Amino acid sequence: MSAPLHHLGVAELGRALRAKQVSSTELTQHLLARVAGAKDLGAFLHVDPDLALSRAAAADTRLAAGEAGALIGVPLAHKDIFVTRDMPTTAGSKMLAGYLSPFDATVVERLNAAGTISLGKLNCDEFAMGSANENSAFFPALNPWDRTRVPGGSSGGSAVAVAAGLVPATTGTDTGGSIRQPASFSGITGIKPTYGVCSRYGMIAFASSLDQAGVFARSAEDCALLLSAMSGFDERDATSVQQPPQDFAAQMLAVRDGATAAQPLKGLRIGLPKEFFPAALSADVNGAVRAGLAELEKLGATLVDVSLPRTELAIPVYYIIAPAEASSNLSRFDGVKFGHRAKSYGNLIDMYEKTRAEGFGAEVKRRIMIGSYVLSHGYYDAYYLQAQKLRRMIADDFQQAFQHCDLIAGPVAPTVAWKQGEGADDPVKAYLADIFTLPGSLAGLPGMSVPVGLGDGGMPVGLQLLGNYFKEGTLLHAAHALQQATDWHRQHPAGV
Amino acid sequence: MSKNSKLVRGYEVVIGLENHVQLSTESKIFSGSSTAFGAAPNTQASAVDLALPGTLPVLNRGAVERAIRFGLSVGAKVAPLSIFARKNYFYPDLPKGYQISQYEIPVVQGGQIEFFVGDEKKLVKLTRAHLEEDAGKSLHEDYHGQSGIDLNRAGTPLLEIVSEPEMRSGAEAVEYARTLHALVMWLGICDGNMQEGSFRCDVNVSVRKPGEPFGTRREIKNLNSFRYMIDAVNYEVNWQIDRIEDGLEIQQATVLYNPDTGETRAMRTKEDAADYRYFPDPDLPPLMISADWVERVRGEMPELPAVMAARFQEVDGLPAYDATMMTQSLGIARFYEAARDRSGQPKLVANWMMGEVFRRTKNTLENQEKHGDTALRSLDAHFENLDRLLSQDKSALTADKLARIDQRTKQITLAQTIYSAVLPDQLGHLVSRIADGTISNNSAKQVFEALWSGEGADVDAIIAAKDLQQSNDTGELERILDEVLAANAKSVEEFRAGKEKAFNALVGQAMKATKGKANPAAVNELLKKKLGG
Amino acid sequence: MALTHDDVSRIAKLARLELSTDEQAALLPQLNGFFSIVEQMSAVDTSGVDPLYTPLSAVQEVALRLRDDRVTETDQRELNQRSAPAVEDGLFLVPKVIE
Repeated sequence: MSAPLHHLGVAELGRALRAKQVSSTELTQHLLARVAGAKDLGAFLHVDPDLALSRAAAADTRLAAGEAGALIGVPLAHKDIFVTRDMPTTAGSKMLAGYLSPFDATVVERLNAAGTISLGKLNCDEFAMGSANENSAFFPALNPWDRTRVPGGSSGGSAVAVAAGLVPATTGTDTGGSIRQPASFSGITGIKPTYGVCSRYGMIAFASSLDQAGVFARSAEDCALLLSAMSGFDERDATSVQQPPQDFAAQMLAVRDGATAAQPLKGLRIGLPKEFFPAALSADVNGAVRAGLAELEKLGATLVDVSLPRTELAIPVYYIIAPAEASSNLSRFDGVKFGHRAKSYGNLIDMYEKTRAEGFGAEVKRRIMIGSYVLSHGYYDAYYLQAQKLRRMIADDFQQAFQHCDLIAGPVAPTVAWKQGEGADDPVKAYLADIFTLPGSLAGLPGMSVPVGLGDGGMPVGLQLLGNYFKEGTLLHAAHALQQATDWHRQHPAGV
Repeated sequence: MSKNSKLVRGYEVVIGLENHVQLSTESKIFSGSSTAFGAAPNTQASAVDLALPGTLPVLNRGAVERAIRFGLSVGAKVAPLSIFARKNYFYPDLPKGYQISQYEIPVVQGGQIEFFVGDEKKLVKLTRAHLEEDAGKSLHEDYHGQSGIDLNRAGTPLLEIVSEPEMRSGAEAVEYARTLHALVMWLGICDGNMQEGSFRCDVNVSVRKPGEPFGTRREIKNLNSFRYMIDAVNYEVNWQIDRIEDGLEIQQATVLYNPDTGETRAMRTKEDAADYRYFPDPDLPPLMISADWVERVRGEMPELPAVMAARFQEVDGLPAYDATMMTQSLGIARFYEAARDRSGQPKLVANWMMGEVFRRTKNTLENQEKHGDTALRSLDAHFENLDRLLSQDKSALTADKLARIDQRTKQITLAQTIYSAVLPDQLGHLVSRIADGTISNNSAKQVFEALWSGEGADVDAIIAAKDLQQSNDTGELERILDEVLAANAKSVEEFRAGKEKAFNALVGQAMKATKGKANPAAVNELLKKKLGG
Repeated sequence: MALTHDDVSRIAKLARLELSTDEQAALLPQLNGFFSIVEQMSAVDTSGVDPLYTPLSAVQEVALRLRDDRVTETDQRELNQRSAPAVEDGLFLVPKVIE
């Protein structure tokens, strides 16, 4: 182990733990110390050292007994959108301050069973609504590459915790880009699988037809290990895909026909939608993305031009559908069964209105308003129905494109991470910045963000890779090949 | 216009019903919580039922199966694809802030219900029947000025059955509701318990001058007893006519009927209740029902009352009315068939059931129970239980029906402590004894009484013990008749003079002399012979 | 089409959100700003296109999965009510419900 513990990835740590080069307890103590020292980054909303250390001790016993699970004793942390029975869950909202769930989210349950050690719960935009983590009701998370900048969102804390070397991997959720964009802004690797691959049970719902759990880590290989453990059919989620457990690590390593040592990606066709490279795309992002694509070419991939003609429409379509579903999903927060209730109120309706006014932040209220409006009498057909029809057209465009390519590539976001406070004044401007991640989300396709160097202000740039349904293996294979040949993913912020 | 749709004060009454039928599943429609009635508050409200953050719904196959059953029984279309939608509104008994229901594409589409109003046959078309979840309950007894919310009922599966506005009188509405109530019990998809809210009636009422378009309707909600329905409708109809006559508008509204005052009053309507913002529930992909599944359900269905009644008419030669009475409930039908098979006397069995059996059973039950539905339910339960005692092959019973029988045994044992009863086999035996001339109808009544009261169990034993056997010993009879003729020379004279009445007098004397044990037919025959000779 | 203050307060009522006058004032232009980018959507001809309610139905038939009718839940009232604002005798308490 040449590098410091907190620079190691999940796979390396797993090997070290099984080789008894380090104990889970030592590792957990080391990372807890780093977490304590990095409070100002605002990555964590809740840390539970005692619980973590007791779990680490249990993991060490399993390891001592010779158990060989790849994740036994590996520390991580969960986005606070996943409910947990032994730690509070807030979804970044005052509405749920101190809320204790009677059960664990399926994703959490499975990662616990795999032997991972959760250090705590990670900061995020309130109910996962945002792209800068500035909508957290508690405090923003700061980008470790430049603390005056945002880490991206909504899974900002998840990205920061990995980028700052607080944990080797974290869970996140992606509804319109909430894994890919913060991974890009924070210079780490993130994956969002096909809709339905990870159970949504225990994931506090934002937009049910879009929400999907995923992973942040230092490499594609680490993503594959975690995704294998947390994904799979769950009978408690009617939208969970009925397929046998997947070994994504094996899929990642599977050798392509005609591949050579020098050209592991030989025959892989990567489509570049012209709509993903508009004039407005900032030069530094364009440059880094092109560099990444050049590397993929060197590795044997061929680049082909494709088109996703409705890319721009994805913005209104997404910002109709997601708020519509959210406005309904958030109705259960009414101060009756759990969570915040206003201190003083008159009648029942007054209790509802004050409770929700106090409990929800500005962006959440904005989306509830939009969602309620587009579903309300006389507007449904013009907005919600029309959006769902366009959604199918957008999904069909992808199927057209995938006739000519195996993967689609482009930037994750038009720019690198912006300064804190920007866009707060104009929410719509922030919506526009989601343009490259929204189409894949609407179609429910798997996607990744892979570091491809630094742009303006020394800020990281991510390459977005999108696969067809259930092609996580192909995505991970390409990303892994890239990371074997380059070390963009090994770069980390100064002082980490 | 039929006599059941007479105008009221010159107005035509237009009625459509919406019935909420609680489906008899073990678990809730979207969670694994029990649906059992009467548990301690919120002990049957799971994380899913409480809409705790992160929970998701998974649909109960049993609920769909029951919906299919109903659809087939009314000749409706069982939709191969139907959609669950969210009906959004805030109410404390609605944990998610929306009710999962079906809106644009329901699981059951169309169909019709046939029933009798008096002796007139009526047919009412159904618009639809859709699956949805029930809400919880607000308990209004005072908790320091607050209400208590119990969510045990939240998520109980409901089938909402909507009729076309094709009824024209309260009487028609009640008969429709009774028929629907009997049907869902017959199908074993609902326990029919109206006090516990298993079968709820919402009645949409409007009035119009004949030929005019429909008037504005008001909905009388939660009529949980048939007996109130007619009163409620009549009050509502007259109220609406009064308003119109006073030149006032009818506002669409939901009203409640108060049995004590006999009046309806408008509910305080939830504001903006109008705008439910329905949209397809993204947690629940489309419900697909394959043709195979529908056929499997069809195969498991009991013979429908109408079909069975037709069979009783054709095969057993029962009159239409009798056939309908023998198919009021599955239990009654099975009882009839058992007694018929034992005796081979369909009409006679039907007569006795419509007479002694129903009268006595209903009396006992109606004395016990207040609500209109209970008599039929307990009657059915009672017959059902007897039927089960008889049934040799219990494995033949579907799990569905067993569950039904079990959840009814409570009522049955109650019913049986109230009164003892006659088993189908006993009635069949009794009827066969009448048929073969062993006893007269009058004597049979005494035997029935003994069976009913439990004084005796075996028909022949009772006949012997009470010495009720009709004598067919001609030697003995001739001797008695000779005495009678000798003792009534005057009547004999009159008869020979052509006075028919005198003959009846002689028969009467003869019966008297035989203490009613003589077979009247035999007496007639012998007398004629002697007088003729 | 632009929203009015009345629209905003109507929707707020529908969504059970009490909005301060400042919030209302801030929301109106934001919502109208948003709906201006929505307009491009309305222009597209979608006749004959089926809505895509769940993503995978873009490429395959997605049928609702059903569970067997079995009771799998036990009484967890205490655990489930851990974070309830107001409970008495196992009931959730709310301001009087009037029908």
